[in-house]
Amino acid sequence: MAETIFAPWDDPNAKPLIRFRNVTKRFGEFTAIDDLTIDIYEREFFALLGPSGCGKTTLMRMLGGFETPTEGQIELAGKDIARVPPNKRSVNMMFQSYALFPHLSIWDNIAFGLRRGRMPKAEIANRVEEMLRLTRLEKFARRKPHQISGGQRQRVALARSLAKAPTLLLLDEPLGALDKKLRQDTQFELMDIQERTGTTFVIVTHDQEEAMTVASRVAVMEDGRIVQVATPDAIYETPNSVYVADFIGDVNIIVGRADPQGDKVHLNWAEGQPKFIGTPASPFEKGQTCHYAIRPEKISISAQKPEGATNTVEGKVLDIAYLGNISTYHVELAGGQVIKAQKANNRRISRRSFTWGDQVWLSWTDTAGILLER
Amino acid sequence: MRRFTWFNTTSLTLGFAFLYLPMIILVIYSFNDSKLVTVWAGFSTRWYGELIQNDAFLDAAWVTIKVAGISSTLATVLGTMAAIVMVRMGRFHGRTLFSGMIYAPLVMPEVITGLSLLLLFIGLGLDRGVFTIILAHTTFSMCYVSVVVSSRLISFDTSLEEAALDLGCSPLQAFRLVTLPIIAPAVISGWLLAFTLSLDDLVIASFTSGPSATTLPMKIWSSVRLGVSPEINALSTLMIAVVTVGVVTASLISKRAAVQQRRDEQAADRAGMA
Amino acid sequence: MRRFALIAVPYLWLLALFLVPFIIVLKISLSDIALAIPPYTPTLDLSEGWAGIRRFFAGLDFENFRFLATDNLYWKAYLSSLQIAAVATLLTLLVGYPIAYGMARAPQEWRATLLMLVILPFWTSFLIRVYSWMGILSTEGYLNQLLIWAGLIENPLTILNTPVAVYIGIVYTYLPFMILPIYAALEKLDESLLEAAEDLGCSRLTAFWLVTVPLSKQGIIAGCFLVFIPTIGEFVIPSLLGGSRTLMIGKVLWEEFFSNRDWPVASAVAVILLLILIVPIILFQRNQQKQRETDT
Repeated sequence: MAETIFAPWDDPNAKPLIRFRNVTKRFGEFTAIDDLTIDIYEREFFALLGPSGCGKTTLMRMLGGFETPTEGQIELAGKDIARVPPNKRSVNMMFQSYALFPHLSIWDNIAFGLRRGRMPKAEIANRVEEMLRLTRLEKFARRKPHQISGGQRQRVALARSLAKAPTLLLLDEPLGALDKKLRQDTQFELMDIQERTGTTFVIVTHDQEEAMTVASRVAVMEDGRIVQVATPDAIYETPNSVYVADFIGDVNIIVGRADPQGDKVHLNWAEGQPKFIGTPASPFEKGQTCHYAIRPEKISISAQKPEGATNTVEGKVLDIAYLGNISTYHVELAGGQVIKAQKANNRRISRRSFTWGDQVWLSWTDTAGILLER
Repeated sequence: MRRFTWFNTTSLTLGFAFLYLPMIILVIYSFNDSKLVTVWAGFSTRWYGELIQNDAFLDAAWVTIKVAGISSTLATVLGTMAAIVMVRMGRFHGRTLFSGMIYAPLVMPEVITGLSLLLLFIGLGLDRGVFTIILAHTTFSMCYVSVVVSSRLISFDTSLEEAALDLGCSPLQAFRLVTLPIIAPAVISGWLLAFTLSLDDLVIASFTSGPSATTLPMKIWSSVRLGVSPEINALSTLMIAVVTVGVVTASLISKRAAVQQRRDEQAADRAGMA
Repeated sequence: MRRFALIAVPYLWLLALFLVPFIIVLKISLSDIALAIPPYTPTLDLSEGWAGIRRFFAGLDFENFRFLATDNLYWKAYLSSLQIAAVATLLTLLVGYPIAYGMARAPQEWRATLLMLVILPFWTSFLIRVYSWMGILSTEGYLNQLLIWAGLIENPLTILNTPVAVYIGIVYTYLPFMILPIYAALEKLDESLLEAAEDLGCSRLTAFWLVTVPLSKQGIIAGCFLVFIPTIGEFVIPSLLGGSRTLMIGKVLWEEFFSNRDWPVASAVAVILLLILIVPIILFQRNQQKQRETDT
């Protein structure tokens, strides 16, 4: 049985639901969005990821209709919506603050959008009940927003924005106000609801873990531009720049000169040290500066020099960060470069093989690290 | 992001024009040479000259300032005490009556307050004059002071006072050295409020004063009842000028203090980071 | 001991100068006018002991209240005070709300200045602020001069000494009382609520009606009471701007006392005025209580 993978972005015939075409947004002197072009497809769970001030919120607010682009077009299902006001587009938004109306009950909050249309009363009631069931809020329908917990408020905000069955739902840091444990549970709930309703979700977040968990594709943004758009695993395994590699997860960056050898590149990172071999993200010329990015969990650590490994290097344990399930070892190499290596703690801590000051060997394969231009 | 829209700009412009135009016109026409107030006859400061020579106005002004100065000071002391009682003393017998007596004068029509105090003074056989006006003004101003001070006391972090006690202060010392300096801005604005309320009051002063004491509002009242007069325009202008200068100075001082504090904090942050 | 003194000083002061005077007003309202000093009977004469107290109570009656009930003047004055206060409150709301709204939606750096501009007239003499309208509204006043000059009218309008002038005076002097609580409510309003309303299909105007107005309700109610309650007993404005045709109870009380020297009737007028005011005052207190509860 061949299961088709959901990847409309790889299908040249697929029509995107949303198209940003050369969109620029300026606030006075400040350029929030800089000549941005991007396609988002139906049923996608699309994450905009970046530090605060990178333009991700502006991008979302333009989709919601709260900002109009200074230049360029935004298309929704083939129609330019750049200048359509928020109340006239089938796009709904879940606000970061939730923006629940404090003077209305949960029920009335959810019904608020439905009442703006010409929907018959009975139908509104049915739809609200359905939303309450979907978000497991039936018991709280008559309460006011300040009488329920933060997690429940988050679900009310979701129910309210989904009630009108929008073609596109925008979520602005939807889980930012929740504590870590609740956030993790809610992430799965969000994915579940997205799948069940089949709505296209665009989420704005600065939490890389959250983006990786929920999204079908992640767009990493920096200074009003999109640096990379890809699936979470592609972003993690093959980042296209040091910025992306560094923003998502933990990474070692070693700077050196490139020496291309066939489809691999050898990195000359320090005088008199063995070169590191890695997979280039783009072609390099000999002698070009390049950045070797390697994740700590891809580096093995051992007392003896391992046989047959492509990359091996000796160093001294500087620091150990014990995180419970894993430990991160900070190992200083000969030239003073410090590399982080992770090891699962499958033994009790007292039986740990290495300790501060130990000489150890680090090793990894030639596909573990990626060479980046910048 | 909030910005001016045409609607907001229009409503603010019209609103402030309504609030300020009458006073601006008053100020302009106080420099009118003509005795007929509504007819412009050239610029002149003659009414200011006549005002300064008018002993009755000067006497009234002196009485008013004396009454306002004494009554606002008394009201500040009593009002601050009342605020502490309201916020800090917890429950005691007659608390409801006490808070009722604090809030009632704020909404009481002046004619009733004036009438009742007058009947009291007559019943006690007090000679009516500066003294009785001071008593009357103190009574209603202390309620305003107590409202202003208690709103500051409510937000006051009691752990500061507890820290003072912990470090060896007596309760009185803790109040004098910690609480009072922190609530001082509220106490000062309470005093200012009491002072202006007293300066401003016509009705209560009219009831509670006797032939020996006439306050400025009473003097103004007796002349404006007959219609608009150029001398009153000049006097009004002076009063408006004093108030404007006072309020603008006060707000500039507090703004500068806020800016200074922010600057200090930023400098401290930078020093801390370096 | 110190605690006792702290409570006792302001407590006794208020008892002596606030509560006792009211009891005296109540007592005199039950007395009769007399050509004497003081000009009413009975007076309490404690030198006669118990008999004096008995005679004193026997002398009290509801004669003044009966008089107030039968004389049309007083009924009309109370009703017209209520009516003027109600209309003026509504007008003040209509003028004040857009100003408060404009202030709350102004850029952050402007708001402190705008707030100061609203409060500034507070510190200026009430009497002078009312007086400033006399020159504007009189027959040969600046407003009529302007309108005639603009060619809008040929003969001057009579505005001064009519209820219209009283309305203008009340709106003008009490406007800050309306603006400040509404501004406080609107300023707290989270902008994303309006965006959410628009997002859910409201036009700007519907969002205003469905979100802004209900959420500033407490401010509107507080502002209305702050204007309505003191306006009922207002004396200066009807006296200066209303002329003889405007009937308001504060003015009646003043005249009863100073012109007619009828202290018992003046006291009875005050007692009834107080009874009328108790209802709005209690409602106002409840509203404030509710607001404090929702704030915390």
